Amino acid sequence: MLKSIQTALLSATLLGAALASPAHAETKINALFMAQAAYSEADVRAMTEAFTKANPDVTVNLEFVPYEGLHDKTVLAQGSGGGYDVVLFDVIWPAEYATNKVLLDVSDKITGDMKTGVLPGAWTTVEYQGKRYGMPWILDTKYLFYNKEILEKAGIKTPPKTWGELAEQAKVIKDKGLLATPIAWSWSQAEAAICDYTTLVSAYGGSFIKDGKPVFQTGGGLDALNYMVDSYKSGLTNPNSKEFLEEDVRRVFQNGEAAFALNWTYMYNMANDPKDSKVAGKVGVVPAPGIDGKSTVSAVNGSMGLGITSTSKHPDEAWKYITFMTSQQTQNQYAKLSLPIWASSYTDPAVSKGQEELIAAAKQSLAAMYPRPTTPKYQELSTALQQAVQESLLGQSKPEDALKTAAENSGL
Amino acid sequence: MTSNWITTRAWLLMLPLLIVMIAIIGWPLVDTVRLSFTDAKLVGTEGNFVGIDNYVKILSGSNFQRTLITTTMFAVLSVAAEMVIGVLAALLLNQQFYGRSVLRALMILPWALPTVVNATLWRLIYNPEYGALNAALTQIGLLDTYRSWLGEPGTALTALIVADCWKNFPLVALIALAALQAVPRDITAASMVDGAGAWSRFRFVIMPYLAGPLMVALVLRTIEAFKVFDIIWVMTRGGPANSTRTLSILVYQEAFSFQRAGSGASLALIVTLLVTVLAVAYAALIRKSAGAS
Repeated sequence: MLKSIQTALLSATLLGAALASPAHAETKINALFMAQAAYSEADVRAMTEAFTKANPDVTVNLEFVPYEGLHDKTVLAQGSGGGYDVVLFDVIWPAEYATNKVLLDVSDKITGDMKTGVLPGAWTTVEYQGKRYGMPWILDTKYLFYNKEILEKAGIKTPPKTWGELAEQAKVIKDKGLLATPIAWSWSQAEAAICDYTTLVSAYGGSFIKDGKPVFQTGGGLDALNYMVDSYKSGLTNPNSKEFLEEDVRRVFQNGEAAFALNWTYMYNMANDPKDSKVAGKVGVVPAPGIDGKSTVSAVNGSMGLGITSTSKHPDEAWKYITFMTSQQTQNQYAKLSLPIWASSYTDPAVSKGQEELIAAAKQSLAAMYPRPTTPKYQELSTALQQAVQESLLGQSKPEDALKTAAENSGL
Repeated sequence: MTSNWITTRAWLLMLPLLIVMIAIIGWPLVDTVRLSFTDAKLVGTEGNFVGIDNYVKILSGSNFQRTLITTTMFAVLSVAAEMVIGVLAALLLNQQFYGRSVLRALMILPWALPTVVNATLWRLIYNPEYGALNAALTQIGLLDTYRSWLGEPGTALTALIVADCWKNFPLVALIALAALQAVPRDITAASMVDGAGAWSRFRFVIMPYLAGPLMVALVLRTIEAFKVFDIIWVMTRGGPANSTRTLSILVYQEAFSFQRAGSGASLALIVTLLVTVLAVAYAALIRKSAGAS
């Protein structure tokens, strides 16, 4: 009797153990990334491989789309019942994603070490109305790159500290016949133009939205557009800027055809690579300038984060993966491509080696990062602003009128 | 075999196809119509019934009117150019000369390439800094400074029309060439004996053979040109300052970028209706011209 009970208990235990999840259950998660230059597809695959080595019970399927397709693909997958567990998102989307419940609120998952270790400015990438929807992963802002050789030939000792000085120095370079159009920007009818515009808005101390209504038609928002138009009309800016994206700016700068260029972090190490660049070793980088009496530097928050979709069936494994991808160790390892989100990395000689100038600029710029407006209607607002920028540059309408129209079409 | 049984059997044989057609075309169309009367978003809620609000907003908006004009200009100009160049190319390739077959094969190439590849190639050609067009025009002395072809509203649409022509004239040329092959040689020979010049020969002898097939080409190309999206999206994304924004780009932005599925659906239906009207009008024209000849 006793024996039979023992046997029964034992077999029950064994059966229970067999039914309980074994230690090596295979969990599959799907992640959506973008195809780009810094943190390329190969880099993301290498990081993921390191993750699965450390966590053999999780496999990660990776998918890559160009930036232009990232938002629509995420939203459409959500509309058709999910498919991704982890998605890469741009700093301009948390408002919309939170409102439409695309991403999980992960505020409770973020540890004390993360809260204190990650740069304060990086958190704005993943926040909306006090909640956090992921971890910042690509910390990025636009810097002012300059060609040291051209500045030297023009007799300019230090790169510009204000936007006014930038125009003066460009004029010297133009007048000395060194370059016909010294400044290059990405002002094509695309998000890129709004990143440049936002940088100037932050310099002029302007704002986009106040109490839910657009306020960029006056003050700093208008000053910023006026600066762009003046720079364009005076011939200091390369007129082709109005059809450039970031990669066009990089090409012009690398060919030595621009003395100044506004671009993201990634351009620094690429323009310094003698393999594709004519200006390798002559690349200078400083924070984008400020405006006398208003700001010392200016910067746009162009960062991106990793979040968990609300349809994910494996949020814990997804968070584990995000934690690994955004960890200080992973970020330091790839610091040549994209600067880490961790504050203490900036004093780590292993990270700054060979890019001291960029790190010095980053310390100032990252602290000054200015967000593009956080609104669920961002795409509409951005499209309206892109039109305003282009119409003003082309002289089809006055900046103040163009911005008024943009405010009317912003959907706000 | 009663005729009744034959009819029934015909329908029975058609049934599988009908079911598939209703599933993949009919139902989505019905659902789009339903959506167009709501304020549904792309994700989340189903949306509320708003009657004809979407339609009123779209049709009275300056955006739609401006875009309709742009689209019409693009369609009319590119199709007209494609027809003329296509017929000329067909007349040329219909001649007997050495290397004709190689040239025919080459002509198909732009049409066979994917549109995105074509668009990317033309973007390189138009590049303001190192584009082939700027280099060529400067070297032969037509330009003194490089121009920003896709960055100026005055030239962007024309540049797109040229790129679209390059891709699509071969289709017209092929259809026309097939029709030309059908013209009996003795008739053209006889008209030459009767002293008809080149123009009258084309007008009175060749044109009757060409008219029907060209009409088909015209309908196909007009409908496609009206729905143009990819070539423009790759080359200008509707810029500069929305001067090359077409109806399909407007639909895309409304439904996907701004996530307003409801008004996106209304806009898509308006475009569908416009294209249908065009197609029906053309079909009537074709029937008339066929009846006339």
